[in-house]
Amino acid sequence: MEAITNHNKKPGGLKRNSFLYKMLQQKYLYLMSIPFVIWVFVFSYLPIWGWTMAFQKFRPARSFWDQDWVGFKHFVDLFSDDRFFLVMRNTLAMSFMGLVANFTIPILFAVLLNELRHQVFKRFVQTVSYLPHFVSWVVVAGIVTKMLSIDGGVVNQMLMGLNLIDKPIQFMGEPHYFWSIVTASDIWKEMGWTTIIYLAAITGIDPEQYEAARVDGAGRWRQIWHITLPGIRTTISILLIMSIGHLIQIGFEKQFLLGNPLVIDYSEVLDLYALNNGITQNRYSFGTAISIFNSVVSIILLFVANGIFKRVTKESIM
Amino acid sequence: MTQPKRKLMSTSMSDKLFDGTNIVVMCIILIVTLYPFLNVLAISFNDSHDTVRGGLTIYPRAFTLKNYETIFAYQGLITGFYMSVLRTVVGTLFGLISGSMLAFVLARADFQARKFVSTFLALTMYVSGGLIPVYMLMRDLNLMNSFWVYVLPGLVSAFNVFVIRSFIDGLPFALQESAKIDGANDFTIYWRVILPLCKPVLATIALFLAVGQWNSWFDTYLYNGSSPSLTTLQYELTKVLQSTTNSADFRGKNITELVTSVSPESIKMAITIVVSLPILIIYPFLQRYFVKGMTLGAVKS
Repeated sequence: MEAITNHNKKPGGLKRNSFLYKMLQQKYLYLMSIPFVIWVFVFSYLPIWGWTMAFQKFRPARSFWDQDWVGFKHFVDLFSDDRFFLVMRNTLAMSFMGLVANFTIPILFAVLLNELRHQVFKRFVQTVSYLPHFVSWVVVAGIVTKMLSIDGGVVNQMLMGLNLIDKPIQFMGEPHYFWSIVTASDIWKEMGWTTIIYLAAITGIDPEQYEAARVDGAGRWRQIWHITLPGIRTTISILLIMSIGHLIQIGFEKQFLLGNPLVIDYSEVLDLYALNNGITQNRYSFGTAISIFNSVVSIILLFVANGIFKRVTKESIM
Repeated sequence: MTQPKRKLMSTSMSDKLFDGTNIVVMCIILIVTLYPFLNVLAISFNDSHDTVRGGLTIYPRAFTLKNYETIFAYQGLITGFYMSVLRTVVGTLFGLISGSMLAFVLARADFQARKFVSTFLALTMYVSGGLIPVYMLMRDLNLMNSFWVYVLPGLVSAFNVFVIRSFIDGLPFALQESAKIDGANDFTIYWRVILPLCKPVLATIALFLAVGQWNSWFDTYLYNGSSPSLTTLQYELTKVLQSTTNSADFRGKNITELVTSVSPESIKMAITIVVSLPILIIYPFLQRYFVKGMTLGAVKS
């Protein structure tokens, strides 16, 4: 604070190149960043201190020093809980399905968009495709439930109209459909948004390559296969590798909002498992153990991803 | 976007087939994207008793405004609307200030603590305490049942800071140097020189922040579920939508219990429209900003 009041005086006695002299010179930069550094410490780093809860028999009313320490008990409980393996299966299954869907359909969509000749139509399709990204998962879950409902849902109506089924299917109540519903909803919501990056990458491809290909008599499919797709290969692989780091961090919004008690065995993912145990049942220590497991696996996956990335591109993403 | 000149060459039969198929595929995508919204819109304007008969498509069979009148008479929705607007405005403003200020500081190559602050911030993108420790922290900080739990936890986003920083990096540094020679201090340079030039990137970030604020419901559910005066639109919608499937899990009363005379279906759809409309009206106008912002963010991170 002294730095502000003295800012007109020459900091006498300090050498021009000394650390303190420079610090005084940059006092505004410090003042503009320190509050946020403290903020980041409180909201992002203090929760990591909360990990100690996982090694205690945590009781909220007691101070840190009065807690009973139990070592790895909660982790032993976690790894011997049958539910945990079910939850891991659900998490990984939806994660992989999302990965496959997100690395095929949006890429295909971007390539096809790029092939549209009519610019106004192209712009219109793009604008519409961004639309679902901007509505919340709450809304999307409501819409999906409506579209798949047995009374008046368009999907059942269509299937009935085509005589593919005799009576409406209760999509939301059938556990085996849950993973596909989540993946499909995700694609419906984010497909257009994901294409932004791919379209930007396609724009970077040299138009002369297409020119040359056409002179050689290459049709549209061959141009896509030999120029467009190889042209965005780097973008695809970077995004693919980065998504490895997020394999088990798939969030829980979709599963929370689309799930219901009928499908819980297929909808419960790691975060929901932590939420149900930690907050609904007040098992704070157990819930924290789940969170730690989640974070540690994510970090390991991130290092793996970064390792692969370094091999491929000789650069680091971290 | 430069489109190669294809008209010079004669299009072959298979190319024509390709274009035709492509347009058909795009039309299917348009329908699949738009139909659900139009269907919801139609149901929300349809007489609730008529809706039960089913078979509604994209236009109301028995037009009425009663569904909207019913939901706007519900106090929870009024409070929710007010809170949603408030948290969007405050959260976006705070987020823009914190993000741009940190970005400005981190863009200064001569800043002594740059490496430290930058690493300290970047680590938060990879390591997080997790759901339960964060929940306990909010409790300890007395942020439960408080408006600030909507704003404070998400105040600094490392991703946003790095996007803004890469934009500032692209501005000529000579601007800052000449302002310095004119006697401006670093804060003045930030406020008077850099901030006005950052408008395009700030528009993008503002859109991301506003959408995030407007669309969040989980913080209301987790921290403010027992404070009706702090409810948000998304949370109200969550309660209504979950009332049929998951009612055991939810706290508090919901609209369908209060207004039994109206079909819950029409009410749900009317709220869905009210909740999504503000953003749907705004986003097409900001398209060029967020497309640029996404591309910038992707290239840099």
